[in-house]
Amino acid sequence: MSTRIETRFAAVKAEGRAALVTFVMGGDPGYESSLEILKALPEAGADLIELGMPFSDPMADGPPIQAAGLRALKAGQTLKKTLGLVAEFRKTDKDTPLVLMGYYNPIYIYGVDAFLKDANAAGVDGLIVVDLPPEEDAELCLPAIKAGLNFIRLATPTTDDKRLPAVLENTSGFVYYVSVTGITGAATPDFNAVSQAVARIKRHTTLPVAVGFGVKTADHARAVAEGADGVVVGSALVETVRLSLDKEARATEKTVSSVTKLVRELAAGVRSGRPVAAE
Amino acid sequence: MNDRPNSFRSGPDDSGHFGIYGGRFVAETLMPNILALEEAYEEAKKDPSYFKEMDGHLKHYVGRPSPLYFAERLTEHFGGAKIYLKREELNHTGSHKVNNVLGQIMLARRMKKPRIIAETGAGQHGVATATLCARFGLECVVYMGAVDVARQAPNVFRMKMLGATVVPVQSGAKTLKDAMNEALRDWVTNVHNTFYCIGTVAGPHPYPAMVRDFQSIIGRETREQMQELEGRLPDSLIACVGGGSNAMGLFHPFLDDPSVEIYGVEAAGHGLDKLHAASINGGRPGVLHGNRTYLLMNQDGQIEEGHSISAGLDYPGIGPEHSWLADTGRAKYLTCTDEEALEAFGTLSKLEGIIPALESAHALAKVKELAPKKPKDHLMVVNLSGRGDKDVPQVAEIMGTSL
Repeated sequence: MSTRIETRFAAVKAEGRAALVTFVMGGDPGYESSLEILKALPEAGADLIELGMPFSDPMADGPPIQAAGLRALKAGQTLKKTLGLVAEFRKTDKDTPLVLMGYYNPIYIYGVDAFLKDANAAGVDGLIVVDLPPEEDAELCLPAIKAGLNFIRLATPTTDDKRLPAVLENTSGFVYYVSVTGITGAATPDFNAVSQAVARIKRHTTLPVAVGFGVKTADHARAVAEGADGVVVGSALVETVRLSLDKEARATEKTVSSVTKLVRELAAGVRSGRPVAAE
Repeated sequence: MNDRPNSFRSGPDDSGHFGIYGGRFVAETLMPNILALEEAYEEAKKDPSYFKEMDGHLKHYVGRPSPLYFAERLTEHFGGAKIYLKREELNHTGSHKVNNVLGQIMLARRMKKPRIIAETGAGQHGVATATLCARFGLECVVYMGAVDVARQAPNVFRMKMLGATVVPVQSGAKTLKDAMNEALRDWVTNVHNTFYCIGTVAGPHPYPAMVRDFQSIIGRETREQMQELEGRLPDSLIACVGGGSNAMGLFHPFLDDPSVEIYGVEAAGHGLDKLHAASINGGRPGVLHGNRTYLLMNQDGQIEEGHSISAGLDYPGIGPEHSWLADTGRAKYLTCTDEEALEAFGTLSKLEGIIPALESAHALAKVKELAPKKPKDHLMVVNLSGRGDKDVPQVAEIMGTSL
């Protein structure tokens, strides 16, 4: 049986375009407003959703995502509540793939078995855990695969051909190519280098390759979509959330609409990119 | 798991674990670099010229060996064990930190990395790194929490004098944990030309083992010096533990000597039921900054800030080997409050004419509890990891004295 992620990438490919993968932080700026944002994403054009699990010390993330995580934690977000957001979302959306993204410690403290069971029950499709390289696969990756969840790995410009097979070995769903050596939301990538890197990764795997880090605008999205199977946008969206908040960092009437406006623009950008050649 | 359970000195295993602790929990961008570092260190260890050069610098630049000093008046004062101080505060730059930095800088040179980054709490590691970067002509960037920049002004100025760039970190509680996050972000961004010189026995493998190896000179010298002075091994060792590098350096050469009692002292700050930085006594195992170890955190696995009067101890974690030694019972981990540390700071200054770092004062504070209960032939070694010059303005402020 195909997973939701596989089904969605196949459908998008059949449309001759790349997928738009949107990242928002779970519980940012608060539980209810985060749920509203989440529910509005698919209609605005998001093909897959990455939902951040806030962590106090996100060392691979830049200031926008770090700030979003801290806003969520301050508003009382916990891992249990993030799983609650997914369960709520699934009540009305059975099709959009949803991937949780974050760091290992909150999962470790929740308990790996309990977390996988609850994530499955909530309707999570995959996991991206930034600080679990293949060297630590026994921690969560292998149990997650056994539990039927996709474990999506990050490949980076420093992942050379020698290391790539190790990175790809237990990866499923899609490969997330990090377009820059750096933190999220920082430099704008060199789109030529990105398309060469995607081609290189595709020589090693049949999985879809989505590209993220530094993609902020519809033009960026279009450029990345020319060579990749998916375009990931995160920091730009959480910055849009931040700019819509009131002085007490609470959601306003602009919060959801400004996020969906940007998602619509990005979706248009992705849809105008050249489709990926069939494998 | 450790494949030689009869030895406490054989860890970590091939994947960098001490029991369940340690490991390599980092972003993929860093993994190739960490593997290259491990390879470079393994090669260096087999190269006699690497150690010959290091020994030369340790002797002529750092000023080793540091003395093992019999603290006669302290011994009289407590009326029990014979107390010796391992004088790491006499090293160039004023603390044990220079031992480790020298080893790492020489490795950076072998790896042809021209840019060095470091994080620092009290500033001792930052000063040591800035010093050796000046000595070897390398670019140096030091991340330091903005709060620590304010409370350790003399060390910040020293780093700048030495040509380093000091970056005040404004995120989180603006202390050591946040400085380490920022240093990791810098490393992720500049991985091609940058060597991350970690200041303690924590972080992803191979750092905990590598830093321990560089600091083990403290324990090796102590063994030899005690043999020379007393003709036998010491009976007990005491050292303060933040990340735990000075402690690990003293302890490691003695781990397989069961007659030697080993005590690490964590910072209890205002008390274990209040704000503190005692990861083992007041925390639980978790994953942060590249390793699994005891950490301060809330019920949801969010990391909490540590508190200690000493900027060098208020890290919410501890080196993974200490976590393992605590679980196996080989070392005991005690705690010391801010107040007790201040008292010990005064005691040593007045009785021995040595002003200790507030970090080291935590270890000295436990001498008051342990020494009187021991017989007069009990040989106790306290690691005096750093000198207190940097802490004088802070202590003066606490005492209400304007300088």
